[in-house]
Amino acid sequence: MSSSSFPRRRETGGLARWYRTTPDSQRRATGLAMALLVASLSASLFAGSAGAKEAQPESPDPVLEARMVRITSELRCLVCQNQTIADSHADLAVDLRREARELLSQGKSDQDVIDYMTARYGDFVLYRPPLKATTLLLWGGPALMLLIGAGVGIATIARRNRMTDEAFEPEDDEARERARA
Amino acid sequence: MKRARFLVPLGIFVALAIVLAIGLNRDPREVPSPLIGKPAPAFALPTLGNPERAIATADLKGKVWMLNVWASWCVACREEHPLLVAFAKRGTVPIYGLNYKDQRDDGIAWLAQRGDPYRASLFDADGRVGIDFGVYGVPETFIIDKTGTIRFKHIGPLTPEVLTTVIEPLVRKLDV
Amino acid sequence: MIPELGHFALWLALGASLVLGVMPMVGAGVGRHDWMAVARPTAGTLFTLVALAFVCLAASFANNDFSVLYVATNSNRLLPLHYRIAAVWGGHEGSILLWLLMLTFWTAAVARFSRHLPDVLVARILAVMGWLSFGFLLFVLVTSNPFDRLFPAAAEGRDLNPLLQDPGMVIHPPMLYMGYVGLSVAFSFAVAALIGGQLDASWARWTRPWTTAAWIFLTIGIALGSGWAYYELGWGGWWFWDPVENASFMPWLVATALIHSLAVTEKRGSFKSWTVLLAILAFSLSLLGTFLVRSGVLSSVHAFASDPKRGLFILAFLVVVIGASLALYAWRAPSVGLGKRFAFVSRETMLLGNNVLLVVACGAVLLGTLYPLALDALNLGKISVGPPYFDTVFVPLLTPLVFLMGVGPMARWKDARLPDLAMRLRWAAGTAVVAALAVAWLHGGLGIVGVLGLLMVFWIVASVATDLVERLRPDAGKGLVERARQVPRALVGMMIAHVGIAVFITGVTLVKSGEVERDVKMDVGDTTTIGPYVFTFRGAQAVDGPNYRAMQGVIEVSKNGAAPTTLRPEKRLYTATQASLTEAAIDTGFTRDLYVSLGEAVGGSAWVVRVYVKPFVDWIWGGCLVMAIGGLVAATDRRYRARTRRSEAGIDDDPVVAAHARPSTTPASSTT
Repeated sequence: MSSSSFPRRRETGGLARWYRTTPDSQRRATGLAMALLVASLSASLFAGSAGAKEAQPESPDPVLEARMVRITSELRCLVCQNQTIADSHADLAVDLRREARELLSQGKSDQDVIDYMTARYGDFVLYRPPLKATTLLLWGGPALMLLIGAGVGIATIARRNRMTDEAFEPEDDEARERARA
Repeated sequence: MKRARFLVPLGIFVALAIVLAIGLNRDPREVPSPLIGKPAPAFALPTLGNPERAIATADLKGKVWMLNVWASWCVACREEHPLLVAFAKRGTVPIYGLNYKDQRDDGIAWLAQRGDPYRASLFDADGRVGIDFGVYGVPETFIIDKTGTIRFKHIGPLTPEVLTTVIEPLVRKLDV
Repeated sequence: MIPELGHFALWLALGASLVLGVMPMVGAGVGRHDWMAVARPTAGTLFTLVALAFVCLAASFANNDFSVLYVATNSNRLLPLHYRIAAVWGGHEGSILLWLLMLTFWTAAVARFSRHLPDVLVARILAVMGWLSFGFLLFVLVTSNPFDRLFPAAAEGRDLNPLLQDPGMVIHPPMLYMGYVGLSVAFSFAVAALIGGQLDASWARWTRPWTTAAWIFLTIGIALGSGWAYYELGWGGWWFWDPVENASFMPWLVATALIHSLAVTEKRGSFKSWTVLLAILAFSLSLLGTFLVRSGVLSSVHAFASDPKRGLFILAFLVVVIGASLALYAWRAPSVGLGKRFAFVSRETMLLGNNVLLVVACGAVLLGTLYPLALDALNLGKISVGPPYFDTVFVPLLTPLVFLMGVGPMARWKDARLPDLAMRLRWAAGTAVVAALAVAWLHGGLGIVGVLGLLMVFWIVASVATDLVERLRPDAGKGLVERARQVPRALVGMMIAHVGIAVFITGVTLVKSGEVERDVKMDVGDTTTIGPYVFTFRGAQAVDGPNYRAMQGVIEVSKNGAAPTTLRPEKRLYTATQASLTEAAIDTGFTRDLYVSLGEAVGGSAWVVRVYVKPFVDWIWGGCLVMAIGGLVAATDRRYRARTRRSEAGIDDDPVVAAHARPSTTPASSTT
């Protein structure tokens, strides 16, 4: 993977095709127009560079914005096919981000924003399921499965170790001994 | 007894299959409202037809009423609108509209073209009241009782079945 | 005419699959060699017919035949040819046909590369695969026929979803399906062995390369899907624990467990019934994934348009296939032998630990994916389970697994001594801790999780190095080269694959703790700086693509004043569907990606631009590639190639087969 650039989408030969198919007079006129355009562009660039500056963050309060994004990254966009409110372009998601921003700027806490959302849309809007009676099995499940799995594994080995040699396949050298016999 | 534990995988699978079979009939994207049985959110909005006139929560206490969320840009609303107009004529329950995230002129024109079943339509330009009601898709319909508590929410266009089997009996019960 | 030909081919294929499912199976049961011999040619015919149908569909797409409903819904005249072909699997009907193509391909491959297997076993394996094809063909012909006509024919197609008009679309589904469907081979081997009652180390040796091959494809397929999401979706994420992503990850976890379990069964004859169960489980998860994606029970960005009738059919198919195989397992498994003894501390136990952890991890993912559905089915409310849950639950399972990854290969079969192991690994452990802390200190800004990640990485690398050094150390007169040649390819592959995991964890750890994101308003000439990188906005211009119009931004990036690289993110509007798409521009590097995407225009020539620096993110997919290479090396081990000399000492340590093979060099025929 080189670090040289390549545009993600390449324009395939459009200019070459134009050059082949356009009559001379039209090409000259276009050339002149191009030259004028370049000249004015350069001028504006020059003027522009005088005004070029360090870009400003999109949001007036980046710290608040970061907080909002962090909170809404764990909230579900209800009108999308499985996307967070932070990432979705849907109208409702844009509105809810706006609401969240406003709540935070009023000094509300992260939990307040989450409560705001669940009061209106229920637990469905949370990507991190709340710990409730109905989700005990969800949150405890993996640990429980691990315990059961480990338990069964250990019990199985223990049971095997209690068995006599007849239950098992003989080791290779023993089998070859018997086969040769 | 030795064989019993070999049946465990099959048993787990059967349980899983039952869950999946039931799930086939569910809509994974339908969000039930947590506001059923809770007081309707407070609001004070201008009406669509007359910007000077405003309606607030207090104005609607004391009677059973229906809130229908609609917009001129909403395609599914066109489907349910004739039903709503006919239903309004029966006078079973006063219907108030919530014009959600719409342009005033577009909303007025839409009603003029298709009929106006609403006592009044609240004009919710930025959608904030809609969010307070937990609206996520238009159209949605709420039934609110005399104390201002939300008793029922229907998501999507209304159908004759919902009107006759759920809404009318509910309204009759609440009116008592 | 061509669509009708394709449709007819599918009906013929249905017949062929029925023949394949019945005759060889019955023949194997009653010992009729002529009926068993039907299997191989029928498998070939089946593949040819399905391939023909596939070609007919592809031709319809290439010719813009909008009288075929499926073509009209998924294609467009302006769509470039390669995307028209990829559009074959852009919708449900075509993608099921792709699945069928893969299934019949694997069936034909097994028919071709199984000369060294007993005829009875081959007959049963191919019969089982025939039944699978039968089920899918029935599904296609009854509910999802891609050749349905549209009268009157559409003048223009609806177009392929713009998100799918991408090179990723061309390669990701075929790779993924090769993996999914490849697991049906292990499944068929398992079911055939259960039916025949012959489960021994040879069976494990025969199954192993097929399973590894499927695993390789699945690894690459998942990695491609993740990479594609990364650059296509415009926000730089690469894994969302989306139900469809999980549907591909679960078979991968079980397939990984299966590969490790097969190693034990092949070497020591142990874990036979467990291995068989894993083989059934892996493919069952593939089928479950198919169900989840197409039935509409779960909401996902990847889900096809849902149809309850299709969902019901797949569920019925699932119940029959998985139910029958698990019932067969419950019936036959108890009488399967135990293999050789092993002590409480031994490589067998370590691999058992590996299996437990992987299967529990799969169980956790399954639990999280299906829990919302289960609660809803029981009327207990509606919840969502997303990345916060999976991230919390998955990482603690990964840690002990990685620890075992270092210890397991060093442990002896049958009986390993813990103090001895600890002695041999003390250098690796020490190095890992020191290196992790040193890198963490140099890097700065890494939390506990970051340090843990580094620790895992260095542990894997150090333990693989220790293992390698031990095996290559000159010993008993044999030099380095001699010793190197003695290391079996399967072990070399294992080491490479484990290092691949280390590379993967490196990528994940460093990108999660080190990535920087910046959302800025940029006018022409404005700059923004992240670390040593200066991004300069040069304005946006309108460009046209074959079937879209776009605003293309031009951003130059330079590092420490060197010559700038130009990135061109786009915001596209596709003409046919009027769908808009944000196309990010990425400068790929070995140690970092520079990722730029356009937001909204904010008046005049200014735009909102989103800029990311993502350190080591490509190591995520690089690690997957290394894993796949490891798998390839392992699968080409001498042991798995069709045998030439059966009696070579050391290759065949299975006493049962060895006893039968003693008098001659021909492959042992069916022993039961």
